[in-house]
Amino acid sequence: MKMKPLDLSRFNAIIVPAIAGALGLLVGAVMLLVLGANPLDAYAAMVQGAFGSPNAFADTLVKASPLLFVGIGTCIAFRCNVINIGGEGQIVIGALLATAVGLTFQEAPSWLLVPGGLLAGFIGGAVWGGIAGVLKTRFRVNEVLSTIMLNSIAGYIMTFFLNGPIMDPTTLDNAIRIPQTQRLPVASDLWRWIPTRFHGGFVLGLGLAVLVYILLWRTTMGYRIRAVGFNPRASRYAGISVSRYQLLAFVLSGALAGLGGAVELMGVTHRLFSDGSASGFTGSAGFNGIIAALFGGLHPIGTIPASILFGALLVGANQLQRTIQVPSAFVITLDGLIVVFVVASQIWSKRTRRVTEEPARPVGVTALQKTEAAK
Amino acid sequence: MIDPFLLSMLITILASGIRFATSYIFAAIGETFGQISGVLNLGVEGIMLVAAYAAYFVVLQTNEPGLGLLAAILVGIVMGLATAFLSVTLKAEQGISGIGVYLFGLGLSDLLFRVTVKSVQTVKGFPNIHIPALSDLPILGPIFFQHNLLVYAAFALVPLAWFVLNKTTFGLQVRAVGQNPEAADTLGISVARVRYTTLTLGGALSGIAGASLSIALLNIFQQNLTSGQGFIAVALVYFGAWQPFRVMLGCLLFSMVNALQLTMQVNRIPIPADIALMMPYILTIVALIFAARQLVIQPAALTKPFERGE
Repeated sequence: MKMKPLDLSRFNAIIVPAIAGALGLLVGAVMLLVLGANPLDAYAAMVQGAFGSPNAFADTLVKASPLLFVGIGTCIAFRCNVINIGGEGQIVIGALLATAVGLTFQEAPSWLLVPGGLLAGFIGGAVWGGIAGVLKTRFRVNEVLSTIMLNSIAGYIMTFFLNGPIMDPTTLDNAIRIPQTQRLPVASDLWRWIPTRFHGGFVLGLGLAVLVYILLWRTTMGYRIRAVGFNPRASRYAGISVSRYQLLAFVLSGALAGLGGAVELMGVTHRLFSDGSASGFTGSAGFNGIIAALFGGLHPIGTIPASILFGALLVGANQLQRTIQVPSAFVITLDGLIVVFVVASQIWSKRTRRVTEEPARPVGVTALQKTEAAK
Repeated sequence: MIDPFLLSMLITILASGIRFATSYIFAAIGETFGQISGVLNLGVEGIMLVAAYAAYFVVLQTNEPGLGLLAAILVGIVMGLATAFLSVTLKAEQGISGIGVYLFGLGLSDLLFRVTVKSVQTVKGFPNIHIPALSDLPILGPIFFQHNLLVYAAFALVPLAWFVLNKTTFGLQVRAVGQNPEAADTLGISVARVRYTTLTLGGALSGIAGASLSIALLNIFQQNLTSGQGFIAVALVYFGAWQPFRVMLGCLLFSMVNALQLTMQVNRIPIPADIALMMPYILTIVALIFAARQLVIQPAALTKPFERGE
């Protein structure tokens, strides 16, 4: 295709999500009509539910928090052309490690327990993301598949611990046994703006979004991460170790998702629980965060409003169910449609800014050669 | 000689393992066609869910499992075509668009179920067919020959798929398009048409996979009925190195572990169920490592949209 290359990236960053969002809402409106609801009333109810009062807005920001953490991690990964969709598992392992810290150090003061728990979440997510990273860079395993497998494995690890070592002892007496831990010590709670549910995790997320922006666009490391994603072959000629930066992108994005899990634990739920799968705890934040990042143009600052938007959809869905009797599953459908429209409309940005796709093989070959050389 | 209790338990495990394999086989064989032609369809789970709902709803209304199956196939075809439009025509990033299709299916099936059915009700599914003479065999009878129609169909599909992929012109085109789309294009094979065909076929088979849960195995529908089976099916294609018989073995591995775990629980034998359930996933990752080491031949153009050079 011989089109004159135009730099439309900024234009696309606004236009693509706008088109996708509008199409999503339009198809959503048709679905609402079929369901016998007035689309305007329904959307009004959602806006009211998400932004109508200080409490509602606080809930929206609370729901946005895990999406923001996963989302800014996704910006790092996708910019490096590393398709990490293991956010679910990384959240779970992060939250599990943070739980372990909270349960082990019952008597610790808040100034130790809060950073300790957050750090544990960060490390847990980094390790879980790192596994997929090693599988990709050393063993050339497709990361989309490995992260999906790791999501399920993380879910089983969590339920294993919940059914055994860290089970709430009092649940044994109850008739219905929901696998969950006891409440973590109050000293582990994040700062909360009483009487709303707003907690300090969201503020931390905002700060990290700025830091990730600086990392990606103002440091050599970030430049290299993006260079590897943009053109691995040219990066290799420039002397950048492609596999090292891909692994780094995996570790960082996993760590941020894990931190999101710790924040959700210490800011909202205060205990780990599960319905048997990872999403029982995460509420699919590991997937929704990816959507937020895509919607935000894979830019950490753009991910902030996008997370708030998708948080608002989640909170608005509850209001939709209460007042218009449209099941909240409507919003999951809408999320799916928006993802499809975002990736579909990216064909226009692709036409202007062709990213040279590198066959996966040489990356692994270099990694293999290195291992050979190291021996 | 053998403890009769142990023997009957073993029979139960093997029989349910074979029954549980049905949905995995339909979905994974369908996905095999798509992947060999060069497209990774990650939306299988979403297609399965909507099709499972459609089949369930139609049977609830008509009491006809055959019509339910037809509805599931139709849903599968439509969603397969939509997937093809996304990944072939619009050249969307396949991993992410698949997640979109998954979320869409997860939401839509739950939404429709809550609006149209509301509570969990059992429907009349495909009945078990006892194959004359064979089903009366001791031990082998209950394990192999007392299943519903879709179970037999799934296992019959495996050699059929092998034949189509390896012994027919169409199969050759599918492999050519996945290995070297440029060369196939030069020879006058329409890459787009072949990929549309394999994805539509895959969609239809995913639809049957969904129906095999909602109107043959469980005879119910509920939110997230498939619980990740579609994603496992996608990985099992790698696990089986894009060969139908090996893919089937992978399906049996997952289903047998499920059956084992379930039987143990029913008989109140304490095993760490979570660890057992985790094992097939770990084995799949190990298999992915082998697949990536190119000890097996992988479709070279997998996940890469085809663009004709001018």
